[in-house]
Amino acid sequence: MSKQIIVPFGPQHPVLPEPIHLDLVLEDERVIEAIPSIGYVHRGLEKLVEKRDYKDYVFISERICGICSFIHGSTYCQAVEQVMNIDIPRRAEFLRAIWSEYSRMHSHLLWLGCFADSMGYENLFMNCWKVREKILDVMERTTGGRIIQGVNRVGGVSRDISREELARMGTELHGLQTDFAELTRIFDEDLTVQTRTKGVGMLPKDMAWELGAVGPVIRGSGHSVDARSTGYGAYDELDFKPVVRNEGDCHARCMVRTGELFTSIDLIENAIDRIPEGDISVPVKGNPAGEYYARTEQPRGEVIHYVKANGKKNLMRHRVRTPTLANVPPLVHMLAGCELADVPVIVLTIDPCIGCMER
Amino acid sequence: MALTVLKNLLKGPSTIRYPYQPAKVTPVTRGHLTINIEDCIFCGLCRMHCPADAIEINKQDRTWQLNQFQCVICGCCISYCPKDCLSIEQTYLPPTVSATYVTFTGPEPEKKEGQEEEVTEA
Amino acid sequence: MKQPEQTIEAISVEKLIPRVHAFHDDGYRLVQISSAQEGDAFEITYSFDKDLTLTHLRIIATPEKPIPSISRIYLASFVYENEIADLFGIPFTGIAIDYKGTFIRTSVPHPFGTPQITVVKKKPEAHHE
Repeated sequence: MSKQIIVPFGPQHPVLPEPIHLDLVLEDERVIEAIPSIGYVHRGLEKLVEKRDYKDYVFISERICGICSFIHGSTYCQAVEQVMNIDIPRRAEFLRAIWSEYSRMHSHLLWLGCFADSMGYENLFMNCWKVREKILDVMERTTGGRIIQGVNRVGGVSRDISREELARMGTELHGLQTDFAELTRIFDEDLTVQTRTKGVGMLPKDMAWELGAVGPVIRGSGHSVDARSTGYGAYDELDFKPVVRNEGDCHARCMVRTGELFTSIDLIENAIDRIPEGDISVPVKGNPAGEYYARTEQPRGEVIHYVKANGKKNLMRHRVRTPTLANVPPLVHMLAGCELADVPVIVLTIDPCIGCMER
Repeated sequence: MALTVLKNLLKGPSTIRYPYQPAKVTPVTRGHLTINIEDCIFCGLCRMHCPADAIEINKQDRTWQLNQFQCVICGCCISYCPKDCLSIEQTYLPPTVSATYVTFTGPEPEKKEGQEEEVTEA
Repeated sequence: MKQPEQTIEAISVEKLIPRVHAFHDDGYRLVQISSAQEGDAFEITYSFDKDLTLTHLRIIATPEKPIPSISRIYLASFVYENEIADLFGIPFTGIAIDYKGTFIRTSVPHPFGTPQITVVKKKPEAHHE
């Protein structure tokens, strides 16, 4: 009868981008079960909404997370606009979609770099981040900030992109496509990556639906669930199809994310062709009253912003359900039965963004 | 493989050696916040709407003070200022270990003496 | 573009488990459980999703009366129920993995549920003239 020992993993670990703590119950290098415990970066942002004007809160909601910041801000604006029954101009919706897709590409490249780093493949990590710099340059040229953009406002966006800039973005996308093809080839065919990821962290199709997984985790197990298919914002006019794989292991989820890089390039090219002329924001008067659940697709999955207001200028409640929080039960399920050396690869495969998870 | 090694040796580093070389900026980069104190009327709107509580205003002494450590350079105050005296410069500030306050004192309302600026390290 | 209207159904605590069972057998996916303050009591809203449409169930709760947990039906709900129990102080009975108040460690117990917590303006750390 072998003895069971408990090994703490995290919160400080070289492979984790953000702090999460897991207690791993081990029996001879095989993990029997894992118990997560969170709360290291809890800032209580949801309480702050009662003290700030609802228009100023956009800046705080963007700073919930550093990687997926633009989509947090635009989902909050979407929720408040729906409560107040505001129709934002079509050009603002297309601009938000363009910046959201750039944000998605930068987040996936960041994840690809961290994933390669967790396998020890530092050269690939640096190359992924070198490609990411080109996307951050585009963000800085058009909005002023590399990571935190600050262009969302309730009622539209605050900055416009000129026609020359749109044309320049279109030509740069061709260069990005060759870079992405090279990176995808390495992640798909390299022997090191295949041995470390194929067959590791299996999540069968029915368990993924039962445990409420979202994002690339559920799309890597065969379900075609993507919040962009509901057609919010400008996505009803851009032809969009989710990327789905059936195997359910770490390699499938990695391929879903590299496939989404190419989908994002297609969406941005479509948006640049079809963007209409017009205003970029409408003036907003009065205070919101009512409640709404707004749902959009972040790079990590589906995010829900719940907004409740009662006619004053401070909102009563703002609740964010982030995709990483919904992916914690599948993580606990995937870790049972794996080897100790596979734990970093499995923890990174759900794309943990603990800053968003704990707000 | 040897070709890649040779190419990397001849090309040099891919990074900018900041702060010895200047950082890459664009015309809209958000570096730090500054104020044109002659136009300021000390209404207090920027202080009321700052999400980070970084601005302090004293109407009697006619001073406008910014906690540069706390400011997140979001641009919220710029959209509310009625006189358009706030603006964002493109250069990043050097790193510090404690809070840095910048105080601007406005001119006297009867006689225009010009403005004086003092930077205090705390 | 306008989003679809959402239906929020208010039910009583006794009907919660049969309704959630019905959703589970129909093939719905649990999306989230959230809690908001309404007057003196709290409203807890359960959201389910199938074919990209959201439906919500809402119950009224107070910190005195415990609520039956749905983690026997949907295991994924233990995350949300532990979070609500830690932040708001509403007890749940029968959570599959019960952290008993240690899921999110805060310096003040139940920070969102008690009205005494106020946001304090940050005092400057050093003197200035």
